Amino acid sequence: MNIHEYQAKEIFRKYGVPTPRGGVAFSGPEARRVAEELGGNLWVVKAQIHAGGRGKAGGVKLARSLDEVEKIAEEMLGMKLVTHQTGPEGKIVKKVYVEEGADIKAEYYLGMVLDRALEMPVMMASTEGGMEIEEVAEKSPEKIIKVAIDPTIGFQPFHARKLAFGLGLGKDEQKEFIKFANALYNVYMDNDAELIEINPLIKTGEGKFLALDAKMSFDDNALYRHPDIADMRDLDEEEPTEIEAKKYGLSYIKLDGNVGCMVNGAGLAMATMDIIKHEGGEPANFLDVGGGANPDTVAKGFEIILSDPNVKSIFVNIFGGIVRCDRVANGILEATKKVEVNVPVIVRLDGTNAKEAAEILKNANIKNIIPAKDLKDGAKKAVAAAKGEL
Amino acid sequence: MSILVNKDTKVIVQGFTGKEGTFHAQQCMDYGTQIVGGVTPNKGGMTHLGKPVFNTVEEAVKATGATVSMIFVPPAFVADAVMEAADAGIELAVIITEGAPVRDMMYAKHYATKKGMKTIGPNCPGIITAEECKIGIMPGNIFKKGNVGLISKSGTLTYEASNQVVKEGLGITTAVGIGGDPIIGLSYKELLPMFEEDDETEAIVMIGEIGGDLEIQAAKLIKEKITKPVIAFIAGQTAPKGKRMGHAGAIVSGSKGTAQEKMEALREAGVYVVESPADIGVTVAKALKERKNK
Repeated sequence: MNIHEYQAKEIFRKYGVPTPRGGVAFSGPEARRVAEELGGNLWVVKAQIHAGGRGKAGGVKLARSLDEVEKIAEEMLGMKLVTHQTGPEGKIVKKVYVEEGADIKAEYYLGMVLDRALEMPVMMASTEGGMEIEEVAEKSPEKIIKVAIDPTIGFQPFHARKLAFGLGLGKDEQKEFIKFANALYNVYMDNDAELIEINPLIKTGEGKFLALDAKMSFDDNALYRHPDIADMRDLDEEEPTEIEAKKYGLSYIKLDGNVGCMVNGAGLAMATMDIIKHEGGEPANFLDVGGGANPDTVAKGFEIILSDPNVKSIFVNIFGGIVRCDRVANGILEATKKVEVNVPVIVRLDGTNAKEAAEILKNANIKNIIPAKDLKDGAKKAVAAAKGEL
Repeated sequence: MSILVNKDTKVIVQGFTGKEGTFHAQQCMDYGTQIVGGVTPNKGGMTHLGKPVFNTVEEAVKATGATVSMIFVPPAFVADAVMEAADAGIELAVIITEGAPVRDMMYAKHYATKKGMKTIGPNCPGIITAEECKIGIMPGNIFKKGNVGLISKSGTLTYEASNQVVKEGLGITTAVGIGGDPIIGLSYKELLPMFEEDDETEAIVMIGEIGGDLEIQAAKLIKEKITKPVIAFIAGQTAPKGKRMGHAGAIVSGSKGTAQEKMEALREAGVYVVESPADIGVTVAKALKERKNK
């Protein structure tokens, strides 16, 4: 699960990771009030969306007066922000974060993530703060310093020193940096974070370190033990159909094609998209109905797929294991009674009791239900049906 | 022959008396697996499915001589169950449970490694040696005995692949569902050499997915050490780029984890890379034929 910058900074402050002061606002006048309370004569207004690359897209702006804060906030709210991480459809800005201006002497990058190969968290730092870290990794990987932290010993000063020397920090700065990095490690571990990125991390004129930006995501499997973080979920940032699907234990991701897919298991669902493309079609979605594939989940699956007007055919690809194919076939028939399905549905059922299932579908004799004999046959028919060639 | 488990393997079930544990333990027993007992705290002394229930793994191991544990406990208790199994001297833990927190698995895996216990999973269908021993939730009838080893990140794709292999008149030695979580137990790099050494296995099917770089590591290993033909399919060639907050994970592993990148690396290592998931079975048959003719 992702959270906003302002929420990540709230967590940071709780752990003693220094950040500039700021407040969230939903309107121009509110942004003005926040700026007024912060005081000073320089503020930053930042769009709060779940994506990086906001600066370049016009989602981060400096303001030198309260009037300017209000004006920028008003322009930003409701604006569609397109960054390299939002996709071409972009994201609508629904809240802004108003922050006090900072005295920037140097910019760095600091991040934490799990290294799957080492099976431990890694802290990464770079002197190329403010730049896209992907770009740094590609062009000058030697500028990224990494330390893996064995969780059974925890974060030690030597870990931080390695990063500090790599960043070329002086003796006094090192002390500050070690404190900062140690606090960040605690944020990561205590909260079951998946990823933390601070870009930029800044050094101020006084030699203090501040997290000027903050990105955080969490392990969904661990949210049950962090109700405070689970509450930070912003449904505005997620696709409504994806949220609806989740309620029924379905995993749905909308795509741009016209062949709807309903599959059991994430791997087979991805493979089904692959074979549709391989046969010359375009998948309209990823949909994993899970192990159950009962009448209710199948009916909901049809409903969600058909909510996309682009869908011209549906490929139901179920591999029956413990859940036998004959039961799935009956489930599909029942589901078509619950939901009106007005496009051709190509059904491929394989595995346990596949023959009985084929009989059931054949005997039901429903016009737009077309049985397929295997994966390739199903994909071919679904693609042809979407093109109106079946 | 086979790898890791066979008809003589003695298995206990952690989370034996729960709904999932009960159902799948029964299915495994029906398949012929030697389930010798189970563990559910505070239910020690009971008999369940005709087998003894113990309060601790230690007691269960002492009384039954089990070397493998199949774990079905709820996600929040998985790490504890894995560490208890490692502490009790279990040699292999097969973790079926889906949804275990990554941090928990990180600690559990470290401890298991320290104790010399192998793990499979979590969030996986388990392991099956065809017509001998099934430890997991896969439909046993799909796995006919033969000479093809199978390693897969995905559950239903494992069944799909095995089904295709069987339709070609071939069969499976052992199939291992390794799971696709960020932290998993045995993976391609440990399992490929086991299949290489297994006399009965003549070809190896490897099913991968987008994300991480396990398949890239596997490609390196195949190039250096594996002489048997390897047939690979990577799911997610058409998956859209994730709208993630960042790609720091990809930076750490030094690769982006795309299907194309993995397929390229595997091809480069001499693997039969299948583009359509419908071609797994026929490609295995082709690879075996080519090997014979060599």
